[in-house]
Amino acid sequence: MTSVISPPAATVPPAGPPPRSGKRRRPLGRTPLGLLFSAPYLVFVLLVFAYPLGYSIWISFHDFFFTAPGAVVDRPFVGFDNFVTAFADPAVIRSFGNVAIFLLINVPLTVVLSLLLATALNRATRATTFLRVSFYVPYVTASVAVVAVWIFLFNGGGLVNQILGPLAPDPSWLINSQWAMPTIAFFVTWKQLGFYILLYLAALQGVPKELYESASTDGAGRVRQFFAVTVPGVRPATVLVLLVSTVTGANLFTEPYLLTGGGGPNGASASPVLIMYQRGLQQGQPDVAAAIGVVLVVLVLGIALLQNRFAGGKD
Amino acid sequence: MASTPATKLTASPPRTSRPRRRATIATIVTVGAIALTGCASAGGGGSTDSRGDITIWYSNNEQEVAWGKQMVEAWNADHPDEQITGQEIPAGKSSEEVIGAAITAGNAPCLIYNTAPSAVGQFEKQGGLVDLSTLDGGAAYIKERTGDTAAQYENADGDYFQMPWKSNPVVIFYNKDMFAAAGLDPESPKLSTYADFLATSKTLVDAGVAPNAILPAPTSEFFQSQFDFYPLYAAETGGSQLVEDNKATFADQAGYDVADFWASLYRDGLSSQEQFQGDSFADGAAAMAIVGPWAVSVYKDVNWGAVPVPTKNGTAAADTFTFSDAKNIGMYTACKNQATAWDVLKFSTSEAQDGQLLELTGQMPLRTDLQTTYADYFAANPAYEMFGDQASRTVEVPPGPNTVEMMQAFRDAWSKSVIFGEGDVHTALDDAAAKIDQIAAKP
Repeated sequence: MTSVISPPAATVPPAGPPPRSGKRRRPLGRTPLGLLFSAPYLVFVLLVFAYPLGYSIWISFHDFFFTAPGAVVDRPFVGFDNFVTAFADPAVIRSFGNVAIFLLINVPLTVVLSLLLATALNRATRATTFLRVSFYVPYVTASVAVVAVWIFLFNGGGLVNQILGPLAPDPSWLINSQWAMPTIAFFVTWKQLGFYILLYLAALQGVPKELYESASTDGAGRVRQFFAVTVPGVRPATVLVLLVSTVTGANLFTEPYLLTGGGGPNGASASPVLIMYQRGLQQGQPDVAAAIGVVLVVLVLGIALLQNRFAGGKD
Repeated sequence: MASTPATKLTASPPRTSRPRRRATIATIVTVGAIALTGCASAGGGGSTDSRGDITIWYSNNEQEVAWGKQMVEAWNADHPDEQITGQEIPAGKSSEEVIGAAITAGNAPCLIYNTAPSAVGQFEKQGGLVDLSTLDGGAAYIKERTGDTAAQYENADGDYFQMPWKSNPVVIFYNKDMFAAAGLDPESPKLSTYADFLATSKTLVDAGVAPNAILPAPTSEFFQSQFDFYPLYAAETGGSQLVEDNKATFADQAGYDVADFWASLYRDGLSSQEQFQGDSFADGAAAMAIVGPWAVSVYKDVNWGAVPVPTKNGTAAADTFTFSDAKNIGMYTACKNQATAWDVLKFSTSEAQDGQLLELTGQMPLRTDLQTTYADYFAANPAYEMFGDQASRTVEVPPGPNTVEMMQAFRDAWSKSVIFGEGDVHTALDDAAAKIDQIAAKP
């Protein structure tokens, strides 16, 4: 089933003297209404994302602290001093390492689990609503409430350790420097999974059933169909899941703040954003915090570009 | 399948787009530059001569709300032209962040009755606080009311950017029933020396009356050291601050002794490295707690006793220092009617209002004559008598704009070496002291 889209006749230049350019006649383009509709979001993006990002970059190159309106202070340009101050601190370097561990666990786990569960849900014929709600509830529940439950589950005398018995780690999960960050990664994966499952469920609706029928006719089993039809069929959704989970993961804050009591034990679960919070808001050094933030943005953009290049194909 | 020509028609960029894009970028850059410049030049503020209505914020706990409401009511009844609007401090991760944001936004109220001394240096640096020393009789009033203790609340130039208001001297609470169950004397517990404290703790845990002898929060927030290390260091040194004359003081024998004591508690399983969800003392997860007088109204269901914090060789209660856990009053530069605010500040720290504070909250007004002025109160409430006495021997966090950074540096070292037992405790304190010296030297 193919369709051919031909150029509209009106766009074919007629013979004779060249007409005046259409663009000149339509300075707002061929669909000015589209601009109108997109304007509110464009303004939102400029005010809420672009302006703060630009301001952060400016702050990161100046000697800056928050002041009351009317306070006269010098804000001299300091070049890369704030970056040097930030990255001379071992705690900052460690926080980037911590978040790398987090992303290495969280992102692949999120993609694999959400795709598998979405595929299973898509095929389920009974209790589908119950299952969808079950997966989605952690996502819509406040982190503060869920964190308390996880602390009860994963503390020394918690349910998890009781089940594991002698296999439980010592010190326990949240105060173990090897296990604290992976535990947070598992927690975030579990909590966010419902959202990504919904993305994949939507994408799965767009995979033609005929492809599964053809694959079945060719002798492909369920597993072969999954890898030959489902995985390529939902590739745009996979790119989206990769990007969103990477960006949200790089912004990790609430979990180390609450689950491990401020990035403990001994900084093993401190994230760059937690350090930014400490430096920028608690310690009054927004310039150093901004420098950390700028580096974080650059790194996340780099990872996102790589993900888009290697997972996005040429769609 | 879409044909190629159609795709080209819709996707190829117009040749005129580059100049337009440049113009757009130039516009964005210009607008951004104007906006950035504009941020630094906004104005506001009030005058020390102006009078009129003012707004104040107070803490949101039940007792302080009751005090705040009666104070506002009492003032408003006599000052129809200078009315106070009292509000609970807005919710946030901490009061200090809310106040910091309000300063930056220029909408801080005139007075905040919940200003942490650890944040005052930063607020001053931000230009958010009024120098009370410049107000009519300001410094004299503070010194007269608070006495020698007021010196701890001066900045490096000897000025007051905070009104010392109330303290919560930190002591050891213990559960009498648990002590009795463990075969210990609940009326005269052996808790004055480190050796006695450790032996008592071991008895309690071995007897199984509680899983922990004492359980201060083992988390990494900068302020947590005010409730484990600092009270004991103040007691051990007879009132030394963490930093004095821009030099860390704690890398000495007294600091080592305090750190070794706490390290023993963690190492021997008498305290936990894990944070407890809830109140460990009220919930029976610990037989002791290190708290201030606010705890009296909270631990109504616990049969408790209180003793001063321990020292290495034991110190008489009358000579024991501790951490103040004070909250003060700040007057903020966004205040339009600062003359009224100053009068309200004096009214709210008058003998009568301090008496109301004591009565309604159990927290200790930072006054020189506390026990004699309110002798009737302490006679009627013997549970608070010890705190009244202890209030005259308290130590504050070091002043200045870098207090929080210094406290965080200390906490990080403490967390690593004392709580989690990584590395040598004394070396960790030495390293933290060197780092804090550098931080203290910063402007």
